[in-house]
Order: sequence, then C-alpha cells, then structure tokens
Amino acid sequence: MTSATLHSDATRQQAEAWRRQTSLRRFYTALGVGLLLVAMFATMWFADEANAGHFFDRLPHILDFLSWLVPKDWNDVWRALFDIASPNDKGTQEFNFPLGRVYVWGGFYIPEYFELMLTTVNVALVSTFIGFVFAVPFSFIAARNLTPSPILRLVVKRFMELLRAFPEIVIAGLFAAIVSIGPVAAIIAIGLHSIGALGKLFYEINENIDMRPEEGLRAVGANWFERVRFADLPQVLPNFMSYTLLRIEINVRISTIMGAVGGGGIGEELKLAISRGFGAKTLALVLLLFTTIFLVDQFSAWLRRKLVGEQAFLMSA
Amino acid sequence: MPAMTADQVKAIEDRHPQIFQRPAYKRFWPLLMIAGTVLYLAYALWFFSLPQVLRESHWERLPLFLSQWISYDLQPEFRLDQPEITPKYPRFSALGENPNPDWVIKNPDGTFTVQIDGNAKSVTFDKTVATIKANGVTVPISLTSGKPVVNGPVPDWVTVHDDEIVARMGFVGEVRVTVDRVKVRKRFLGWANFVFDTRSPFFGKSAGEVISLIVSGPDLQPGTSNLALAADNIWNNAQWQHGDVWTKLLQTIVMAFLGTLLGGIVAFPLAFFAARNITPSGLLSQVLKRFFDFMRSVDMLIWALFFTRAFGPGPLAGSAAIFFTEIGTLGKTYSEALENIDDKPREGVLSTGANGILVQRYGVLPEVVPVFISQTLYQWESNTRGATIIGAVGAGGIGLKLWEAMRTNSNWANVFYMVLLTLLVVFIFDNISNFLRRRLSRTLHDYNRLQAEQG
Repeated sequence: MTSATLHSDATRQQAEAWRRQTSLRRFYTALGVGLLLVAMFATMWFADEANAGHFFDRLPHILDFLSWLVPKDWNDVWRALFDIASPNDKGTQEFNFPLGRVYVWGGFYIPEYFELMLTTVNVALVSTFIGFVFAVPFSFIAARNLTPSPILRLVVKRFMELLRAFPEIVIAGLFAAIVSIGPVAAIIAIGLHSIGALGKLFYEINENIDMRPEEGLRAVGANWFERVRFADLPQVLPNFMSYTLLRIEINVRISTIMGAVGGGGIGEELKLAISRGFGAKTLALVLLLFTTIFLVDQFSAWLRRKLVGEQAFLMSA
Repeated sequence: MPAMTADQVKAIEDRHPQIFQRPAYKRFWPLLMIAGTVLYLAYALWFFSLPQVLRESHWERLPLFLSQWISYDLQPEFRLDQPEITPKYPRFSALGENPNPDWVIKNPDGTFTVQIDGNAKSVTFDKTVATIKANGVTVPISLTSGKPVVNGPVPDWVTVHDDEIVARMGFVGEVRVTVDRVKVRKRFLGWANFVFDTRSPFFGKSAGEVISLIVSGPDLQPGTSNLALAADNIWNNAQWQHGDVWTKLLQTIVMAFLGTLLGGIVAFPLAFFAARNITPSGLLSQVLKRFFDFMRSVDMLIWALFFTRAFGPGPLAGSAAIFFTEIGTLGKTYSEALENIDDKPREGVLSTGANGILVQRYGVLPEVVPVFISQTLYQWESNTRGATIIGAVGAGGIGLKLWEAMRTNSNWANVFYMVLLTLLVVFIFDNISNFLRRRLSRTLHDYNRLQAEQG
C-alpha cells in the first residue's frame, strides 16, 4: 500500500465523518425549526380561538377601527395636551379639555396630562430608588465572594427571587386595599419588584470583581463593612448606576401599565380615552407618553455611556 | 513601628496629587448627588402626600388579608327570636347544602355550644344567657334586659358596643352576640373544597372513598363514567374555577411565546438592514433604527389597549402587543450584536466570490445566532412575567382574572392559588430558558476552544 492511497483513504474517512456530522446537525436543526413552527401555528390558533374577536374577521375592519383616531380638527390634539378650551366642546367628555387643569399659582396651571405624566415618572423614580437602596446591601450579602454567611446568602437570594417573580399586580392590589388605591400602592409594588430585579444584577456584578483590593484590606485587618465599602463599592458603583438607569426606563413603562389598572398616573386616562374612542385625547396622550419614554431612554443611554463607556446591556426586566 | 512624621505625610501627598488634591467638583459631586436625592425625596413626599396616605392607611388589614390567603371561615348564625334556635349558614358556604358540623353541638338541655377552638374557646347559649369561654376566662352575657350585658368584669378581648358584644379570639375566629342573634366566625387553615365543590356528588367524601368510587363504584350519574364525572367536577369547580384559571394561565404563556417568537422572526431580517456594517444604505439603517426606537417607545400598554380595541379582549390582543414591542426591542439588540461582530470571517467568505446572501449565511450568521437566541430567550423570560400584568387591561391571560379576584377583597385564597401557579410557571420557564442558554454558551465555548487549538 502506497502512501498516496493511505492519504486518500484518510481523506475519504474524514470527509465521510464530516458529512455524517453535518447531516446529523442539519437534521436536528430542521427538527428544531419544524417543532418551533408547529408550536407557533398551534399557539396562533389557540390565541385566535380564545380571543373575543377573531383575527381574519377583524382584519378588514382594522382601518375602520383606526378611523376614530383621526380627529375632525387636528388642533384638538394640542388643545387636549395643554387643556385649552375647544370650540367643538358640546358638553361631552370628549372635548372637556380645561376641566382637569391643576392650578399652581393664580392663573398659571399645569395641564392635566402633564401632571399625570409627572405622577407616572415620579412613581418610577421613587420605586427605583427604593429598589436601589435595598438591592445594594442585599447584593453584598448574596455575592458568593463577599457574603458574611452562606446561610444568610441563600435566604437573601431566595427572597430576592421571590420578589422578582411575584406578580406586581398582586402586590399592588393588596396594598391598594391597605393604603388606598393610587400611586402609593404602585410605588410599593414596583419598588419591591425592583429590589429583586436589581439585587440579582448587582450580586452578579459583585461576583465578578477583582478580589485583590479586598485581600489587601483584609490583610490590614479591615472589617466586613470596610472591605465592602473601600474594596468592592468603588469597582461596582458605575455598573450599579448603569443598571439602575436601565431599571428607571423599565419602571416608567411598568408604572404606566400600573396606572391603567388603578395605580394613578397617565395609564388610566389613556385606557379611558382609547376604550371610549376619544381620538384627540388619545393622540395627545400617546404623543406625550411616547415623547417622555423616548426622552427618558435617550437620557439614560447618554448617562450610561458616560458611566461605563460603550458597553452593551440587555434590556432584561 | 513609629508613627509617620508630618514631613513623610506631606511627601506622600505631594507624590500623589491626583488622589489628595482632586479638583473641587470631583470631590463634591457625590455629596451633591446625595443632597439632590434627598431634595427629590422630600419633593416626592409632598407630591404623593405620603404622610397623609400613611396616616389614613389600614395596616391592620394586612395580617387579616394574608391570613385569608391560606385559610377560610365559616359563619353560622343563630336567631334567638325564633320559636326554636337553629343554625343558619350563608349561601355558598363551604359546607354545602346540609351542613352539620361536629363543632356545633345541641346540648340535651336545649342550649347550643359552638366550639371555636375546642372547648377552650367556645360559646354556649340559649335565649336568655350566652357564655363565652376563651383564654381561660368565662364571660357570661345576659340577654334578657333589652341589650346584651356582661355580668362581671370585661376582659380586654371583649368589646362592648351599645347593642352588640364582640369577643375576638385571634386567628381562630370571633363571636358576636346581640339580644336576638349569636353570630360565630370560625376560621380554618387550608383551602376549602379545593378538589370538589359543594354541588359535586363526590363532595364530602374522603380520598379513599373517591378512588374506590372511580375504580369500582356504581355510576353516580347514569351514562357517564365516574372518572369522567370526577374530572368534569374538578375542572368546573365553581369556587376555584380550575378550568378557567388553567386556561387563562395557558393564554399568558402563549402570549409571551407567540409575541416573542413573531417579534424575533420579523426583527431578524430587519436587523441586517439596520446594522451599520452590513446595511446596503446608511439611510435605510437610520430609518430602521428610528423605527425600532418607535416600536419600543410606544409602550406595551398602548399597543395592548389598541389591539384590545381592534381584536376584542383576549390573548390575540396580548400577543400582538408583545409582538409589536418585541420588534423594537429585539431589532435593536440584534442589530447591536451584528455591529459588534468580527469582520474577518465575512471578508474571507466575500473573497471567495460568494454573493450577498451566502456571505451573511456563512460569514455572519454562525457568529451571531447564539447571541440572537440567547437574547430572545431573555426576552421570552421577561415577557412571561410581563404578560401577567398586560392581561389586567384586557389583553387576555391570568392578569384580568387576578385583578377581578382582588377587587372584591374577599377572594384572597383564589388570588393566592393563581399567584402560586404564576410563580410556578415563571420558575419553570426561567429554568428552561437558563438551561437552553447554558447549552448555547457551551457550544459557543467549544467553538472558541476549537478555534484556539487550531491556532
């Protein structure tokens, strides 16, 4: 047997093995995609069946439904936004713009929708603050490399998991019965959720720190608080702030939804306007909400870039 | 070791001016931030009128509600102004049509005894006198003088009102006595009638009896097997509504799955045109990126409300809302992943003369697919949580059911049941997603290792 045939044998075997491997992999990929497609169509059918209106019945009427959104007078959008009386006002709720003015000083007022938007943003900010304040100490206890006690670590970790998974709407409903329905119940609900969500991200950052400063401090006899304060905190604070800013973005969205189920703020008004088909009010509200969320996102992204540089973050809740 | 002299301290300070002599703004900005936060919190305190809200809140309700999550109560009422004293139970009480609990005892002398916690906490009464026993104290109440009167000292767990005397016995219940009726509330730990409701022929039977009926008993309802009857009774349990709850839960899962998947499918091709390094035209990239921002910034709530109006309430509206939000979110993350790829494989494939699609398929896709899948799984996870809350505005799923159960403030056990199921679902899907992502990162890891070995 010559070396040439040996060589070609080996090549053929290699090629054969390669073909087997790729065909197997292709089969698995096709199987996976096929299963996913089956699941997709099955769930589509299920969602359509369970819905009050069906997709193909409603599809031709999509544009009819959008027709209420086009106001007869486009100026009504601005009037609705700034609470200016409309000449179209016939005494119905659709055009009663000046009614909700919040007077601050003499004739100076904050338009109703701006006040509501402010409430929503404030709910998000205060609840993020609550989340941050509790998540920071929890994260030091829950980090494997910093924890003062493994049992405490497990307890804190489970507690944060529970807070994260617990449906906010239930906490909001529970506290609505205790502190009355409104923004305070929403703050408590979103705040508790934020503790869990931020705490998890924070302790994962803590587990990835450089431990040398910590060892240095341990060598000179620093206690736990001093080690955390002077070795860990300076390393993680920029990342903490960055995740907190991301959390603010998410919380603004959640607090809008909370508003729609009774948590105060702009959500409730939006829900009313859309369900009753008030075109001008809906457009004004969507415009305001869209602009606010866009500005919050851009501001937070800018600040995050300043804090941690060009680093990609997942938008995970 | 001798202490450092002032000269040595000064020498160190001089050697490291960037630490010891930082510019004023750098030294004070943490202080400024803290001061700003405190000011903001003071403003928030005023804005939400927090002191007033806290003053008017009912914290005593919290333990009550929480105890109702895992317990139920029975409230027999005894009219004393009828010729004969008979217990009456409210309609739909957990005891069913013919309640005859062993803790309501008709004594031979015509009096009634209701044991609230054995004999230690109980009430015994006839038309003239009621005797309440609890905490080792016996309180006789005379009912003959037109209003209830306590004979003897009044312990602190008994409250005397004008026409009613209330004895609170903690978690186990309470007794309310007026001249013409005695009302008892007895609390039990657990969930009442969780399997069979009071209308079911299986109601009140032990597990063994039910099983033997199913296995070998005569048909309780002619024409249906006992197994089918039992399943139907459980599924349609009027109090717990297992069937409805599970269907709604499935809707929530479906909403998150369908919305995320469709969002991913639509965002996938768009991301290639939006990525700065791949797009055929810079203008198209900018337009698509603004489009993604738009889809994200028009909140999920707005989409949910719109689609609820368009398609009617239900999971279709919820799926569509998640779908539209996800186009923006996934489009953004996908295009960012594409912008961060290593350009060399692409150039290599390009140099062989492959056309545009083949370059993407063999030069780009192998690098980004694990990242895409991992990010989609993240979003799936977070949408499974988010779908609950979206449901409450009418977009289908368990959210609305939860919200309605909470609004009455009396159905907390049902709420807790649904919460437990939601937690279970979130837990399971978190683990599935984590498992898939770990598998994915292992292939990524293997791929990198092989690359490194081959140099």
